Amino acid sequence: MTDWFEIGAMTDIPRLGSRVVRTALGDIAVFRTATDKVFALTDKCPHKGGPLSQGIVYGERVACPLHNWVIQLDTGEAVAPDKGCAHRYPVKVEDGKVFLKLRGTVVNIADYAAAAQA
Amino acid sequence: MKRKLVLVGNGMAGVRTLEELLKLAPDMYDITVFGAEPYGNYNRILLSPVLAGEKTVDDIMLNDLRWYADNGITLHTGKTVEQINRARREVVATDGTTASYDCLLLATGSNPFIIPVPGHQLPGVITFRDIHDVNFMLDAAKTHKSAVVIGGGLLGLEAAYGLQKLGMDVTVVHLLDTLMERQLDKPSADLLRRSLEGRGLKFLMQAQTESILGDDHVTAVRFKDGSEIPADLVVMAVGIRPNFALAKQAGLHCERGIVVNDTMQTYDPRIYAVGECVQHRGIAYGLVAPLFEQGKVCANHLAHLGYARYEGSVTSTKLKVTGIDLFSAGDFNGDATSEDIIYKDPGAGIYKKLVIKDNRITGAVLYGDTIDGSWYFDLMRNETDISDIREDLLFGQSHLGDSGHGEDRIAAMADSAEICGCNGVCKGTIVNAITANGLFTLEDVRAHTKASASCGSCTGLVEQLLASTLGSDYSQTPKKKSMCGCTDFTHDEVRKAITDNGLKTIPVATEFLEWRTPDGCHQCRPALNFYLLCAWPGEYQDDSRSRFINERVHANIQKDGTYSVVPRIWGGVTNPAELRAIADVAEKYNVPTVKITGGQRIDLLGVKKEDLPKMWGDLSKAGFVSGHAYGKSLRTVKTCVGSEWCRFGTQDSTTMGIKMERMTWGSWTPHKFKMAVSGCPRNCAEATIKDLGVVAVDSGWELHVGGNGGVKVRATDLLCKVETMEQVLEYTAAFMQLYREEARYLDRTAPWIERVGLSYVKQRIVEDAAGRMQLAGRFHESQKTAQVDPWAERAEGIDRDEFMPMKKVG
Repeated sequence: MTDWFEIGAMTDIPRLGSRVVRTALGDIAVFRTATDKVFALTDKCPHKGGPLSQGIVYGERVACPLHNWVIQLDTGEAVAPDKGCAHRYPVKVEDGKVFLKLRGTVVNIADYAAAAQA
Repeated sequence: MKRKLVLVGNGMAGVRTLEELLKLAPDMYDITVFGAEPYGNYNRILLSPVLAGEKTVDDIMLNDLRWYADNGITLHTGKTVEQINRARREVVATDGTTASYDCLLLATGSNPFIIPVPGHQLPGVITFRDIHDVNFMLDAAKTHKSAVVIGGGLLGLEAAYGLQKLGMDVTVVHLLDTLMERQLDKPSADLLRRSLEGRGLKFLMQAQTESILGDDHVTAVRFKDGSEIPADLVVMAVGIRPNFALAKQAGLHCERGIVVNDTMQTYDPRIYAVGECVQHRGIAYGLVAPLFEQGKVCANHLAHLGYARYEGSVTSTKLKVTGIDLFSAGDFNGDATSEDIIYKDPGAGIYKKLVIKDNRITGAVLYGDTIDGSWYFDLMRNETDISDIREDLLFGQSHLGDSGHGEDRIAAMADSAEICGCNGVCKGTIVNAITANGLFTLEDVRAHTKASASCGSCTGLVEQLLASTLGSDYSQTPKKKSMCGCTDFTHDEVRKAITDNGLKTIPVATEFLEWRTPDGCHQCRPALNFYLLCAWPGEYQDDSRSRFINERVHANIQKDGTYSVVPRIWGGVTNPAELRAIADVAEKYNVPTVKITGGQRIDLLGVKKEDLPKMWGDLSKAGFVSGHAYGKSLRTVKTCVGSEWCRFGTQDSTTMGIKMERMTWGSWTPHKFKMAVSGCPRNCAEATIKDLGVVAVDSGWELHVGGNGGVKVRATDLLCKVETMEQVLEYTAAFMQLYREEARYLDRTAPWIERVGLSYVKQRIVEDAAGRMQLAGRFHESQKTAQVDPWAERAEGIDRDEFMPMKKVG
């Protein structure tokens, strides 16, 4: 079985916006930039767990809605001087459809723990 | 091919300009830097703490050698440029190194002034200007006992304090009878002197140095009156002179400094100059703060943007002596046409003086209590008319309300004292961040420590810490503050451009105004969205992607990612059927917490995002609309029961409140907007801490504006009194529209009114009847398209995707 899951059409995600994919490992935020690049991060800000999917997207960044940490979409890293990293998921677009890779990706311990508790 | 830029002078002004340039145009120039000192760029204004043993040289480095390498900059340290060949566009250093340029930037700084008395060249006589001087003094203190500092100005006192901390016996010699006469008047200077004497410094006032004595090393200083004092070390700190020898030799026009225009260009347009070596509009600045503004402008021009202008700086001063709070700005002595307002309590060591001219502050001296220094400085630079607040001015900004933070004497605070209550940041952490990371501005401190980055009520304390750490000239928030990092334009400039040029969408506006980023950022986009909405009502298509989440989904996000729902309850008056409907909804959706809000509404907390549209549908059927408890918008109109029930009530306050809320609901404002109506002066609806509060009296209604019950409690100012309900509505609409059209995004009414002055608001709303009607007219026009219930729309399916997961996997 393939590790790539089709999650919908790219046009399902608004430009400069994000949608949530619900998984056993917790929510994953899938972002679409103004130039139609697509990124996926765990939907938790490394600061206090705010849902990044709800933030304002600009360039290749998102501002967390809780305390305005700014997270780099391509790396998941917080923009300096803040320090922290949101887990990235591989994502690809083929024929206008978005695919997310879940299995075989390295998942951080906190996500596992949260999933186990849920 | 890249253009070549050569910088002569590896100090704060020049390197800051390079940093600004690299931000704007990282690849435009090949950059070469010449510095006479053998170091990278260090923070010269922190030399005093190094001398006082409070910091090390490493602590004050701003750009180490790696920074130059990382940015591809060729750095020649320890090389002094001795010649500029303008015809060949080339500079030559003393060791023969040459570099050619397309553009040349001179930042040669200043030289300490040495009084040419006999003996001034003896070993043991030194100035206080660079790391070399500091090291010399540190060594001298190990082997010598007595020091004389000539010059009782800022630099001299800092040097004296440092030497005294190193264990030396220090005497300060000053020509005049007033210490720091460029910054202080006599009473404050006397307080300062007394305080420094209490720390063991000795002073010799009105003493003119005749000669410095000694054979192979200094031994004493002799004065005009024939007296002598022994000295093993003499520090000359009598002032600085712009260093323009190189420029002058190259034929550039110099007076007291290198003369530059508003784009920091010298008479040779290829040659720029910034910092202490320049003279701009007749002024040579001896402080560091103006160079940040100069550097920005110069970089802007070097990057071929060319829209920034340097129009001079108003400077302020602080003394870097631990434990002494002192602030000075502007023309603190005044003249025949100015007036002084003075507060004096010598016993407590407090002195405050404001110089007022034409109802504007033109100068200030604060000693002992400097918490309001930055506020006075802002009022001064903005030329705010202070006649409305004159009586309370000296008691400080917090007296206009209550800041809610008791401690305001920063010097006395321990390192462990908490400054920022929101983010738990203490004094020591902030001071360390400032020195370790080379921070200069409030924004820098906010980014690195989060102090004052949330509610902002400790901003004054943080600014004070910046000032006391950086001393004489930290870079106060510039007068012209750009909207965000995406642009150099201010909020007001952007707004004007939108209306003047008919800019009608965010992309059109950001392109027209040459935004540096492709789609703005989380700070400018919501502001632009509001300005466009306000400028083009009914025409502008709201951009939901530029709305903060709460306004995008019409509910308040909570810390766990759930939302809260607050239905509108007109004037706070409800009935059993409505309460039953709310109860049913709360049960149906398993709402974990039901809470009564401060604005007389019911808050349903802990709602899942997917449930919002269905829940709104149910509330909609029961007749509710959105309460807008989440928006920069009209929030609530709080009322008391008024004359309908209350034995004291003079007017029907509930009916009035409901009418006001029916008229104004759905409107978007620069920040949240709260109203209240009280039925008598007992004011049970607490109307005098609202953005607009109405207090009924027997003969009519008092209208109060600019109150705030949040971060900084501020009581309202009385706008006027009117007689009828219709008038209350007309004035309310006009006031809201004026606030919508003229306040900057995220300004509450209180700071907006403090900035523009109550008199201005009165003039627009009360005195100008025709203008008031036009304002009210524009408000009603805008309300025609604003009063659509966002909840009902979404219950019917608008933005459906926003509330649903894209997919569920596994």
